[in-house]
Amino acid sequence: MENLLVITIGAALVNNVVLSQFLGLCPFLGVSKKVETAAGMGGAVIFVITLASLVCGIIEKFILVPANLDYLNTIVFILIIAALVQFVEMFLHKSMPALYNSLGVYLPLITTNCAVLGIALKNVQNGYGIIAGTVNGMFTAIGFAISIIILAGIREQIQYNDFPEAFKGSASVLITAGLMAIAFFGFSGII
Amino acid sequence: MNKCMERLYNGILKENPTFVLMLGMCPTLAVTTSAMNGIGMGLSTTVVLALSNLLISMLRNVIPDRVRVPSFIVVVASFVTMVQFLVQGFVPSLYDSLGIYIPLIVVNCIILGRAESYASKNPPLPSLFDGIGMGLGFTCSITIIGAFREFIGAGQVLGHQVLPIADMASGTPGYVPVTIFVLAPGAFFVLGSLTAVINAINNHKKAQGKKVKAAQGCGACPSKDSCPSANSAEGCSGEAKAAKAPKTEAPKAEGTTETEKKVEE
Repeated sequence: MENLLVITIGAALVNNVVLSQFLGLCPFLGVSKKVETAAGMGGAVIFVITLASLVCGIIEKFILVPANLDYLNTIVFILIIAALVQFVEMFLHKSMPALYNSLGVYLPLITTNCAVLGIALKNVQNGYGIIAGTVNGMFTAIGFAISIIILAGIREQIQYNDFPEAFKGSASVLITAGLMAIAFFGFSGII
Repeated sequence: MNKCMERLYNGILKENPTFVLMLGMCPTLAVTTSAMNGIGMGLSTTVVLALSNLLISMLRNVIPDRVRVPSFIVVVASFVTMVQFLVQGFVPSLYDSLGIYIPLIVVNCIILGRAESYASKNPPLPSLFDGIGMGLGFTCSITIIGAFREFIGAGQVLGHQVLPIADMASGTPGYVPVTIFVLAPGAFFVLGSLTAVINAINNHKKAQGKKVKAAQGCGACPSKDSCPSANSAEGCSGEAKAAKAPKTEAPKAEGTTETEKKVEE
């Protein structure tokens, strides 16, 4: 239990997936213009990563390892993730239209979010079991959601500021992200 | 052979994936803590890019159009797994420092982007050189970023101490390393500043009335129709949000097809 607590705090805050591991930068920079869309993206990522960590953990433990095929995990995981995202999308479309309307548009973008594959592979590398891996995936995704929502909030505040001409657009966003990364260093004392 | 040289030039300078197209940002920021890591990552990516371009180009008339994206992913993932084992076997120190970013070459959008926009439409030889050119362009840019961060952050070039480090205790004068540049925030700062420099150059050219290719965003990107991340960029996501249309076969192509429809209207 104590171990899981360490994993949750480490995954969500200390080793923040975007700001210290640079996974999932494309949506982080691309979909962070408004808090509302950032929250939608964050929600979709939490949903997909949690599910993908669970499924990849199960497949790794019950199929790949017993068959001595664990060296194929990169190929297998990326296909699982692509299929899973497609499946989740169809399922939500049919059975939960309300949730689909809020998350649906972000789902296709997530297949190639490198955080999903990155976390599935990290779970294997760190030797997490199915439960620890799922918890790790879920809280890593929560860390992603926290940072993308904070960035979107900052961008809403600064969008009318008077930047130097050259820093307009993605340059200012990258500098903002750098400052956030410094702020997140403050969490490293927790564990 | 002329065409092949043109592809090399195109990849390294004209359409440099990092500085001009702004593709593949995750490895660009993550592994550039030193120039050596940049070279290692760049060359691994080059090998995967060249071989997958070659194979996809050879198979371009065999792969059915509807399942092409999953097929490309399988081809790329196979080559990445091979490269991963080669690096692990022959350069274990590099493998340790690059870690998870080697398997993550699979989701580097430079590779899928080139497969979709060039290799699937052109004969094998030019595709091979296109892959090599793009890969070398990527290698050059991340090596430059890595060298810059290593020099400022630790006073080293390729692992050799070129600036003597100041010693506070004994009072020896010397260079005080700006450690933050080898840590995570430094990556954002260096890339942000480089983007600003490129913007400034483009603005300057624009002011002189020259035709300029925009430095960033999906608008100028030649592989925007295929690049998975094109959908997540600001301009495109609004479009995708507006249109909640039935799903297509390839989820990644969806946002862009919607965009194209809008344009046609």
